[in-house]
Amino acid sequence: MSDAWTAISEWMLPLVVSVILLAGAWRRVPIYQAFVQGAKGGFSTAVRLIPHLVAMMVAVSVFRASGAMDGLVHLLDPVLTWLHVPAEVAPMGILRPVTGQGSLALMIDIFQKHGPDSHLGLLASTMQASSDTTLYILTVYFGSVGIYRFRYALAVGLLSDFVSVLASVFAVWLLSGIIQV
Amino acid sequence: MIDFIWLALFVSGVGTAMVTGRMQVVSNAILKGAENGVELCIGLIGAISLWMGLMHIAERAGAVAWLARRLKPIAHRLFPSVPADHPAMGAILANMSANLLGIGNAATPLGLKAMEELQKLNSHPDRASDAMCTLLAVNTASITLIPTTVIALRMQYHSSHPSAVVLTTLVASLIGTCAALAFDRIFRALSHRRQTP
Repeated sequence: MSDAWTAISEWMLPLVVSVILLAGAWRRVPIYQAFVQGAKGGFSTAVRLIPHLVAMMVAVSVFRASGAMDGLVHLLDPVLTWLHVPAEVAPMGILRPVTGQGSLALMIDIFQKHGPDSHLGLLASTMQASSDTTLYILTVYFGSVGIYRFRYALAVGLLSDFVSVLASVFAVWLLSGIIQV
Repeated sequence: MIDFIWLALFVSGVGTAMVTGRMQVVSNAILKGAENGVELCIGLIGAISLWMGLMHIAERAGAVAWLARRLKPIAHRLFPSVPADHPAMGAILANMSANLLGIGNAATPLGLKAMEELQKLNSHPDRASDAMCTLLAVNTASITLIPTTVIALRMQYHSSHPSAVVLTTLVASLIGTCAALAFDRIFRALSHRRQTP
């Protein structure tokens, strides 16, 4: 069973790429041209991320190097243990709904310290991927049509973000037995 | 909000350093952090370009339109107040499909289009309608099939299984979205009861 899942995750990337290319060719999309057109945006997207990541990585590394992160983790430990959330990803869970780039910086921090394939690395990846930046979405979406009364939208967003964190822990626990990480 | 968190990270960090006497380490960390941020983004260009290129092919091949057709029956149930043939429904479907495919920079403009159309159906222009709240619930918890940025970053950090995250994300975001829709329903019912006592 675990071998099968390892095989699936190994095959996944080449398979996805092939399917996309074949689907494109079948629908008579000029695939090479379309790829180049789309990929062109990659540079500007990455460059646009630089100021956000510099700002957040600096703040996060100050927070971590000073020992404040350890303090916070220590403080939250009893609650988190009860919820089965590893303390290392707790700051990420707090930051995720507020700033996607900030939690991305924390995810990278975990990749650097524990590796992307570790239990924590996979959990951090899942937390980052399975939810969106609630405050950003609310601001942009409501702002674009000039709505000031959000009603219950913020409460729904934040509550489901909290559920998403627990769901990520559950999903990684459920599947890490099957996917070999 | 972001201002507050950013400031809190710095101030509590420097404050702790004063107590623990790690000021030299913190001082190094400031410059190192900035360097890390830039290096990371430069290294990310390859993987992000790859995914954006592939997703552009998928989009041109009609993946968004195909998914939108599949999602139509679900969307009718989620947005009972939106008429099936209204342009708002089309935009909502396209937004949900782009979210599923992890094309974030396509999902936002489509979502804004949906908001614009929903605003035309809204009787109080400064107050969020029921359908808008549902749209935001779906977007903040978004079910994701292919988390492109996270896969790109895992590749960047030499993961031996970059796409191992696909399955866990699917499970977690499915639970998250169900929770978001449930909360949306509960709060909607509560707010209607308050309005019509």
